[in-house]
Amino acid sequence: MILDSKVPAGPLQEKWDNYKNSVALVNPANKRKYTVLVVGTGLAGGSAAASLAELGYNVKSFCIQDSARRAHSIAAQGGINAAKNYPNDGDTVWRLFYDTIKGGDYRAREANVYRLAQISNSIIDQCVAQGVPFAREYGGLLDNRSFGGAQVSRTFYSRGQTGQQLLLGAYQAMARQIDAGKIEMMPRREMLDLVVVDGRARGIITRNLVTGELERHVGDAVLLSTGGYGNVYYLSTNAKNSNVTAAWRCHKRGAHFANPCFTQIHPTCIPVSGDYQSKLTLMSESLRNDGRVWVPKETGDPRPPSEIPEDERDYYLERRYPSFGNLVPRDVASRAAKAVTDQGRGVGETGLAVYLDFRDAINRLGKNVIEERYGNLFEMYERITGEDPYQVPMSIFPAVHYTMGGLWVDYELMSNILGLFVLGEANFSDHGANRLGASALMQGLADGYFVIPYTLGGYLAGMDAGDTDTNTAEFAQAEDESRARIDKLLSVQGDKTVTEFHRELGRLVWDHVGMSRTKEGLQGVLSEIQRLREEFWENVRIPGTPDTFNKNLEFAGRVADFMELAELMALDAIDRDESCGAHFREEYQSPEGEALRNDDDYAYVASWEYTGEVSKPKLHKEELEFENVKLTTRSYK
Amino acid sequence: MADRMTIHLKIWRQEGPDAPGRFERYTVEDANSHMSFLELLDVLNEQLIREGTDPVEFDHDCREGICGSCGVVIDGIAHGPQRRTSACQLHMRHYADGDTIVVEPWRAKAFPIVRDLVVDRAAMDRIVEAGGYVSVDTGGAPDANAIPVPKVSSDEAFDYAACIGCGACIAACPNSSASLFTGAKIAHLAALPQGHPERARRVVRMVEKMEAEGFGDCSNHAECEAVCPKGISISAIATMRREYMKAAFAGQDV
Repeated sequence: MILDSKVPAGPLQEKWDNYKNSVALVNPANKRKYTVLVVGTGLAGGSAAASLAELGYNVKSFCIQDSARRAHSIAAQGGINAAKNYPNDGDTVWRLFYDTIKGGDYRAREANVYRLAQISNSIIDQCVAQGVPFAREYGGLLDNRSFGGAQVSRTFYSRGQTGQQLLLGAYQAMARQIDAGKIEMMPRREMLDLVVVDGRARGIITRNLVTGELERHVGDAVLLSTGGYGNVYYLSTNAKNSNVTAAWRCHKRGAHFANPCFTQIHPTCIPVSGDYQSKLTLMSESLRNDGRVWVPKETGDPRPPSEIPEDERDYYLERRYPSFGNLVPRDVASRAAKAVTDQGRGVGETGLAVYLDFRDAINRLGKNVIEERYGNLFEMYERITGEDPYQVPMSIFPAVHYTMGGLWVDYELMSNILGLFVLGEANFSDHGANRLGASALMQGLADGYFVIPYTLGGYLAGMDAGDTDTNTAEFAQAEDESRARIDKLLSVQGDKTVTEFHRELGRLVWDHVGMSRTKEGLQGVLSEIQRLREEFWENVRIPGTPDTFNKNLEFAGRVADFMELAELMALDAIDRDESCGAHFREEYQSPEGEALRNDDDYAYVASWEYTGEVSKPKLHKEELEFENVKLTTRSYK
Repeated sequence: MADRMTIHLKIWRQEGPDAPGRFERYTVEDANSHMSFLELLDVLNEQLIREGTDPVEFDHDCREGICGSCGVVIDGIAHGPQRRTSACQLHMRHYADGDTIVVEPWRAKAFPIVRDLVVDRAAMDRIVEAGGYVSVDTGGAPDANAIPVPKVSSDEAFDYAACIGCGACIAACPNSSASLFTGAKIAHLAALPQGHPERARRVVRMVEKMEAEGFGDCSNHAECEAVCPKGISISAIATMRREYMKAAFAGQDV
């Protein structure tokens, strides 16, 4: 199969305009004949559902939470990038594009990233019009701050709750369309399968999470906006319900999974404290604007931080990367933290933490300013750890946060299955091998508000509306298979709980497909994942019945899919004999420990096809062509 | 260092909306002071599954206090004893070895019980659907800096917009009123110029919806403010009333 990215012709700056000038349109009277199924109500799914309904399409929207407002985008803290250049500090669309593609270590498609930068400004306009309360200056205009990987201040924010405010904007836009009868909202539904009829995505099977009933839904297109797969690691900053199941079910129906090994480890999270730990909490990257990262110079220094004098502290980010300092990109900051803790210079009970210190900023700006900027984050930190970060430095450590990989999509955000579109974190498209801070919110909303309304029309214009229903053999087969899988899970009645399996899987993936990888470790972990998967299907113990509210059953289905995905991640990491972005292979590093890319052999998107056997996926390569940027070694020194 | 502790629990169990409910007693012997309250329930559930008993169902997701999924009444207080803290952010260091904790679901007429500690809060979504938004279609917005908004207005809007929609305010209210929840959205949008064109229609529709959904009226107990994990002020309710009066007197077409 040849992967056609469908990047439009013309100079980079004109591609999106050229596309919009020539894409087929659906006239307003015809839009209401089409039904679009939108799975997920985060920033991507929520904004898509609202925008498509405003255009006149009938939208059916699904989420696993009890309300669309609870999708995990809500937890994004720091901000959203845009090339507005309000601070007059030299930002442009080109610079946002360039920073993003460089930040992704040159493993993203130029045309997609450029479009993202172009659209960024409209997102801010739209959100302000919706009533999103962004931070403002006393003059009444919008305020900006800096994030990693950029030397301009282009990040818009709402205290430390930007994701919440943007998501509520999209949720409210959806609410308006629900009231208008254009969106049918179906909460507490989990997508268990994709229905493909005559080569086109035409429906989904969902489980009603309250009654356990399996339901068939038919539409003219399916939009998947189901987020990332960070919970494959068990411990991550993702919400407990975040999962890969919808995307993985599509993969098993033929959709390619691209760059699965590109997983982001966020440098500033609250460290693990015990075996019972159920998830990890992020401390926003925005804190690195004012916090300084350090460890003691000496290994095993037992003194509390306040007793370690200035000249015995190692501000290792400022030392190693003087021009970006504490604001180096996430992958660089995470690896640097790992390097100092590997040397035995980590702090805290476990030695797996570094300090993020606000002492100097508080002295310079006053406690009030710091409180205004980060008050809620400091509060959250204190609640979890019992320590006051105004008095003692925060202890932080890297944790899994975001997944750049996802289902392969073309320029129109359509997967290789006709009519299956993938938006937001669920696709692979814009962040390459590493995502910059404040870019996830930008991408989710760009996809939903400003890309899909155009590209979906182009697809639907070529087909008849509503020409199939849920009585076809394909629907029946997909529903039967979903039911059989649930029955099989419940019939095992073994000795180990779903959580025990998940935790074990997480440890394997973290140790071998985590912050640092080796060929040997990756090859070794394959058989361990296979063994664990076999054991799961022979020994998992799931309580309850299929026809009730049963969270353990939900989780079991998701963990079963993570067990398969984990193997694909390892295979992808083995294939990529280079270090790039978040994918760090120890064999490929400079003497200073920086990542060594191999552009001659690996400047491609690794797009994996399911062949019927989980352990034997087929690799397809989409070669990345760089016509506008020169591939250089990323340097933040 | 984390201290090991034994915790006794008395938890409300109910198989479905119409099934009879009851308290059950459990003991978790390997709790520790670093755990969150929901992690304590996780440990209990692992124990129950191993014993062959159905685990206690409860809603939870982000476990960072922002998604609003979790919410249970702990020893008679919505979200538990620590102020401005959702149940997921409550940590066991606030309890002592040997303590007994009583756990119940939100109780309100408009919140039918789904199972155990899980309730149906869809009525809150329906209040927002009645008008908790600004009617702007995607694409036609003016430049974001075209309308300056005073910082005080923007900060005030944010304080109300911080609502996580958990429903604690309703669970804590003796009248099961949704006034703080509804008022917070009205006050958020009333503080911003973007929200002004629809303010009369919004408040009338949302208040009417709140009543129709079976939520009670506000009689100024302020229990809602006391339990709100985001510390939203009951001045939101005053704003709601003021907006409602203005809309009623102005006789605006709603």
